[in-house]
Amino acid sequence: MTNEDTQGLHRRTVLQCMAWAGTGVLWTVAGGVPRSVGLIGEAAAAAPGGFTPGGFTFVQISDSHIGFNKEANPDVGATLRAAIDDINALPVRPSFAVHTGDVTHLSKPGEFETADQILKELKVSAIHVVPGEHDVLDETGEAFRERYARTARGLGWYSFDEGGVHFLALVNVMNLKAGGLGNLGDEQLAWLEDDLRPLGSSTPIVVLAHIPLWSVYPEWGWGTADSERALVALKRFGSVTVLNGHIHQVMQKVEGTIAFHTAMSTAFPQPAPGTAPSPGPVKVPADQLRRMLGVTHVDYVAGKAPLALIDTPLARSA
Amino acid sequence: MTRLNHVAVAALGAALSLAAPLTATAAEAVLVRIDNFTFNPPVITVPRGTMVTWLNADDIPHKVAGNDRPWKSPVLDTDERFSFTFADPGTYAYFCSLHPHMTGTVVVTGP
Repeated sequence: MTNEDTQGLHRRTVLQCMAWAGTGVLWTVAGGVPRSVGLIGEAAAAAPGGFTPGGFTFVQISDSHIGFNKEANPDVGATLRAAIDDINALPVRPSFAVHTGDVTHLSKPGEFETADQILKELKVSAIHVVPGEHDVLDETGEAFRERYARTARGLGWYSFDEGGVHFLALVNVMNLKAGGLGNLGDEQLAWLEDDLRPLGSSTPIVVLAHIPLWSVYPEWGWGTADSERALVALKRFGSVTVLNGHIHQVMQKVEGTIAFHTAMSTAFPQPAPGTAPSPGPVKVPADQLRRMLGVTHVDYVAGKAPLALIDTPLARSA
Repeated sequence: MTRLNHVAVAALGAALSLAAPLTATAAEAVLVRIDNFTFNPPVITVPRGTMVTWLNADDIPHKVAGNDRPWKSPVLDTDERFSFTFADPGTYAYFCSLHPHMTGTVVVTGP
């Protein structure tokens, strides 16, 4: 996959997409093509999650960077709390949450502690977490696995099922090579193929990984070097949704039956590809920060293959 | 890893420094600044025994490691630094193990 596949994600297009996300447009993916189906107010009233039998909703949180305290956001704990307050206030409570990594900023025990304290406030039955590169700075990933992946294989990958949907929780932030991108590694890829093998092709699949599994912008390391083998294994399934983080902005791409999506951060925004000298934190006026942070709500209705993804910025200003 | 007497080295360095700032003729300490996800300067040439110091001037943490990690730094937050002395001549490619698209090279000369 090359950048050409992303249908010309020029700065103007990205800004338009970000504006749509700001108004809370509900996107659904039908027949492999995203369609907008109305504003989030109407959609929330009709949201299937808790009301339709055999369906559910969950929420994706990403890049909370607990421990970050520079100018771009001096209080990442407050913005994570704000995101959780918004989720808890929803008329339809999500069944569970996923966190697509960079929970902490420096992998310090104190940061993991603080993150856990805040995430506990989320009124869900479970939070499934995959690590970002900021979570495995202890080299082995031990600190992360102890908290979030105790029974996991290898470097911390695992799978689980929720309401008929099969989830893969991947680790693509370890053993990174010079000049390279994200890395899954042969052991994990072999495990992934084995894990998927017994499943019928009509099983909806959701893949969680921190670094995007498609080539968003290799110049900034925004891609995974060996994701192709995973995508080949996923190709036969009728509905695959890949949820990533790392880039601190919403990006989407559909390829056949696979819908790729990255979430906003709850900590600080990063620039659109190529619009800045580097992918570092973007400083914005304080009253604009919360519009550029947010979470993603995901709706699944049994029998309807595509999952609806709704990107929601933080509701209230500081 | 050999450590040199820094006072003696600084005096020697001052006496022998050339106009080109990136090539040291004596084993004086050399600084590489990390800024905006880049190593500055990306290529340095130093004599054997030079201590190279990386200073993170970025607002994001970085981690310096030789390719295939024969040597590596702990995670460096803003304003933190890491030093490594290159005892033997050779060309040493390194990268940031957090952001692997960041790369640099230390060329070590010497008899």
